[in-house]
Amino acid sequence: MPAVQETVEQVRSIDVDQYKYGFFTDIESEKAPKGLDEDTVRFISAKKNEPEWMLEWRLEAFRRWQTMREPDWARVSYPAIDYQNLYYYSAPKRPSQLSIDDIDPEILATYEKLGIPLRERDALLGIESAGGSRVAVDAVFDSVSVATTFKEELAKAGVIFMPISEAIREYPELVKKYLGSVVPVTDNFFATLNSAVFSDGSFVYVPKGVRCPMELSTYFRINERNTGQFERTLIIADEGAYVSYLEGCTAPMRDENQLHAAVVELVALADAEIKYSTVQNWYPGDKDGKGGIFNFVTKRGDCRGDRSKISWTQVETGSAITWKYPSCILRGDNSQGEFYSIAISNGRQQVDSGTKMIHLGKNTSSRIISKGIAAGYSDNTYRGLVSAHRKATGARNFTNCDSLLIGDKCGAHTVPYIESKNSSAHFEHEATTSKISEDQLFYCRQRGLDPEEATALIVNGFVKDVLQQLPMEFAVEAQKLISVSLEGSVG
Amino acid sequence: MAMLEIDNLHAKIDGDEGKEILKGLSLKVNPGEVHAIMGPNGSGKSTLSYILAGKEDYEVTDGSVTLDGEDLLEMEIDERAAKGVFLAFQYPIEVPGVATMTFLRAALNAQRKKRGEAEISTPDFLRLVKAKSGALGINPDMLKRGVNVGFSGGEKKRMEILQMAILEPKICILDETDSGLDIDALKVVSEGVNALRSPDRGMIVITHYQRLLNHIVPDFVHVMNKGRIVRSGGKELALELEANGYAEYQQDAA
Ligand SMILES: Nc1ncnc2c1ncn2[C@@H]1O[C@H](COP(=O)(O)OP(=O)(O)OP(=O)(O)O)[C@@H](O)[C@H]1O
Ligand SMILES: [Mg+2]
Repeated sequence: MPAVQETVEQVRSIDVDQYKYGFFTDIESEKAPKGLDEDTVRFISAKKNEPEWMLEWRLEAFRRWQTMREPDWARVSYPAIDYQNLYYYSAPKRPSQLSIDDIDPEILATYEKLGIPLRERDALLGIESAGGSRVAVDAVFDSVSVATTFKEELAKAGVIFMPISEAIREYPELVKKYLGSVVPVTDNFFATLNSAVFSDGSFVYVPKGVRCPMELSTYFRINERNTGQFERTLIIADEGAYVSYLEGCTAPMRDENQLHAAVVELVALADAEIKYSTVQNWYPGDKDGKGGIFNFVTKRGDCRGDRSKISWTQVETGSAITWKYPSCILRGDNSQGEFYSIAISNGRQQVDSGTKMIHLGKNTSSRIISKGIAAGYSDNTYRGLVSAHRKATGARNFTNCDSLLIGDKCGAHTVPYIESKNSSAHFEHEATTSKISEDQLFYCRQRGLDPEEATALIVNGFVKDVLQQLPMEFAVEAQKLISVSLEGSVG
Repeated sequence: MAMLEIDNLHAKIDGDEGKEILKGLSLKVNPGEVHAIMGPNGSGKSTLSYILAGKEDYEVTDGSVTLDGEDLLEMEIDERAAKGVFLAFQYPIEVPGVATMTFLRAALNAQRKKRGEAEISTPDFLRLVKAKSGALGINPDMLKRGVNVGFSGGEKKRMEILQMAILEPKICILDETDSGLDIDALKVVSEGVNALRSPDRGMIVITHYQRLLNHIVPDFVHVMNKGRIVRSGGKELALELEANGYAEYQQDAA
């Protein structure tokens, strides 16, 4: 694993308290007027050339949202968000989703700087040599998707991979059938807000019996100031289909907080499998807690068919506040849900994350492996719910939550809820909290590693079970990210 | 000046007012020499090895330690390691999830980098590990496992010697490397240590048993009691101790 060495190089090459992806791209953009009312919703819908039914759907969500209150049960605290002081739509001026040569070169350069090649030729060279497989990318810049690669090749396999705004126009029947079917419009404050104002995101449909020929990924970038990002992702794996999907996120460094409220819905029909991985690295704010992204995200997968499987893997290192519970509804008999998580907090970051496994069908099983690492003055909470419906005969869950503390100014908390209405359900829960021991550090340093190298090595060992779940190319990336985000946490 | 020079070393537990553990210990180790240290439980042998390695739980209140004339006590733990100080732990530490192979390579490269040397190439590293672990009778599968996780007492000790063989230190401190080894393993490990004896490397071998010194024959034997070296001699001193115990020294020091 030479990546450890690379990791360390990377830590060295960056000054403490400096977020690598914090640059701003200076391009002309078009925005909706500041604030949120029905006209904003209409503006967004019109910009996207949406059919009437979509506008109605949004407006209904908006009216509903106005009656809702922001949730306050999570273990996070932040100044009140002024929803009227935000932009809800911002798009680069040049037309998007044309040929690659029409994309603003500044944007292409931005993605290049982020290590995401949007030219398919570059993508082939770049990623193939690194990991041996190819990855199709949908790049979302502020409110719009600017490029989607390998579309044609995917189409040959029958896979639809496109911005959701395009899918609404081109595949209205699919979108109507599934949008909001996993996360209902009224699910929660942030999801409802998203339903009203979502601007772009990815849409994936893998037809019956098809194994998606490559990894799919979306790369989200917030660029504009005072702009909320509300992306919406919908992935459907039809009977017997398989797809692996990865999202990555970054944002410029800014003094003010920025809101990101996404909704992700996954639907797996009978015998289908969806693997969804996230490497979240939004700007976390500076060392005093100034700025950073508020990441309030609703992610849910529905194992709708028998023997279906949904697996969430997340590496969460960024954001000032993370509020996120990727969940599985195990509706089909013998369906399986998995949640593998690494959540790292440093500085003044606050993380409240976990999962819900809702067992409805017979012989359903779920597995939760969560690794929380808290450093600096941060707070890191695992919040999980495992429930068995009274018809969920033979439901099984295994949960393992480990927390690692670095230093003594941070906190780690585990809040597991278990509800079983079926006596044959078998739920197992293990939890540990540990500190990086002085003995481990001493041992590693006696062998020549400096304190940062030693910490990186020990933490990488701590999260190994989860890193193994990531597609190979991203595991290396995630490993680097972990060390970078722990920088300045020792000594 | 000797390679390693310990002069009148006094040390106590950090933050603890009363308890002095080392009370004026002096020792010189020249390149090529093997020094055995024996002494009753609690006399301060492990403490000495930790202080040489730089463990932060102790405070040196008097005396000095130099390595090649440089003040060792001023150096960071990892800096000492890069300068060639190696401690084979009495109780090796577990690092879960970090494959032993990864650990070895990270350590070797960290040291090389501190010394301004290039990183070792993958084929060279694999060749090196294969040769050294083979000689110590270590099954390659074990190197895939987490550092010391689930290893038997004897396996842990072999791993310490493997690390030593790969890092090629200047001064090796072996703290009760023989404890927990069966008779065959004792032989293999001793051979491993002997293979590392060289004209430019010094060793301090801490042990309770003369048996080890039949395999690793020392140039000097020191008796340590209550934080001090109370007697020094040749290898025959170990035999004498084996026969008579420490009673004589414990009275002297009291
Ligand atoms: N960190 C510590 N905190 C408290 N006491 C300590 C600490 N380290 C050492 N001591 C004490 O110092 C004394 C010397 O301990 P040390 O481990 O160096 O002895 P030793 O000679 O290695 O013994 P053994 O032969 O049993 O390994 C003992 O009384 C021990 O309890
Ligand atoms: Mg000891």
